Amino acid sequence: MASIDTAAGESGHKKGPGVKKAKKLSTRVDMTPMVDLGFLLITFFIFTTTMSTPSTMDLFMPKDTKKEEELNKAKESGALTIMMGNENHLYYYEGKLAPDAANFTPSNFKEIRDVIIKKKKSTPPEDLVIVLKPNEQATYKNTVDMLDEMTINEIKRFALVDISEVENGLVHATEGTPMPPATAQPVQPAPTQ
Amino acid sequence: MPSVKIARKSTDTDMTPFVDVAFLILAFFMLATKFKPPDPVEITTPNSVSSDQLEQKDGILVQLDKDGRVFFAMQAEANKEAKKAVIQNLNTTRNLGLTAAEMKSFEKAYAIGVPFNQLKQFLSLDEEGQKKVKQPGIPVKDSATNELYYWVRDAVTAFAGSKISYLVKGDNAAKYPDFKRVLEAFKRNDIYKFQLVTSPESAPPGTELYRTRQGGPKPAAN
Repeated sequence: MASIDTAAGESGHKKGPGVKKAKKLSTRVDMTPMVDLGFLLITFFIFTTTMSTPSTMDLFMPKDTKKEEELNKAKESGALTIMMGNENHLYYYEGKLAPDAANFTPSNFKEIRDVIIKKKKSTPPEDLVIVLKPNEQATYKNTVDMLDEMTINEIKRFALVDISEVENGLVHATEGTPMPPATAQPVQPAPTQ
Repeated sequence: MPSVKIARKSTDTDMTPFVDVAFLILAFFMLATKFKPPDPVEITTPNSVSSDQLEQKDGILVQLDKDGRVFFAMQAEANKEAKKAVIQNLNTTRNLGLTAAEMKSFEKAYAIGVPFNQLKQFLSLDEEGQKKVKQPGIPVKDSATNELYYWVRDAVTAFAGSKISYLVKGDNAAKYPDFKRVLEAFKRNDIYKFQLVTSPESAPPGTELYRTRQGGPKPAAN
């Protein structure tokens, strides 16, 4: 049964003339084309694959309200206002902006964390509120980075607010960039259709 | 002179382990690959420490590229009728005069980035043509012509009843005012909860979040 091969081998000589011995074929297969194809597919999948699944960051915006009593009040002592300007420049002041802008301090993304940590340490947690004011030259990345900084330092209360004319003027004066033309944007009610 | 005969060695190497590894890698990549939908624009998202994974659920995706162009896309896997409802509604309310074929084209298209007055022309193109044409973006510049508002409004109506996500995917270099206008379009629809699509990043060491994630003791609050 399983000895057909050996039997054939043993009796090889005993066969008469004219009986040819079966030629032994190699069982080796040339694998080169298969490997070629394999690597072609690997390269294809490497290039098409998207490895990192994107994450999402929750953002809650407050409702626009004109009513005074609905607005959140911030204690002056607990407020830290951070402004974002051109080319990743940051500016901040604590409390209220002084009339002579003495507490208006330039900063950058490296230093701002220490500023936030320092403020957080020196302020009772229930008073602490950080106000983020990107100007029209700030990028989306700056905004997200600052929102991220709130998560990193576990700031519970922060707000994303439009920059005021005075503050933006200071930012532009520091950067030496021209002020944008004042665009009065009257808040229009949503058009009904 | 005695000559030393060097044994002739075969130059064939056994490629089997090599092939094994190659196919193992191939199998891995085949399983790990998820084909991304064709984006009309290249968007590099900023990094954030957020650990929430992007959920695959129905929703609205607004993309903002570096030039401030706005694209609107709907993910309607569970609710197939939603896209149809949106385009039919827009067709009537905005008098777009779309044909049935053009509406069908909208259902297939991934992201829309043209003003309403160019929508008919855009949708009349075939799939290849839509990819080639450079879309100017949905106008959001001021509140009177903020067309994104209508897109969002109709999409919300179409998805009514189901829980959907509102995704905003912005490019690093996009300017803040454009982002603000996108938010305004949502806010006017009474939507205040967004999710920003970002690339994951680990919390910087030494910060409070880092310590919280490590599960270590928090420093005494002072």
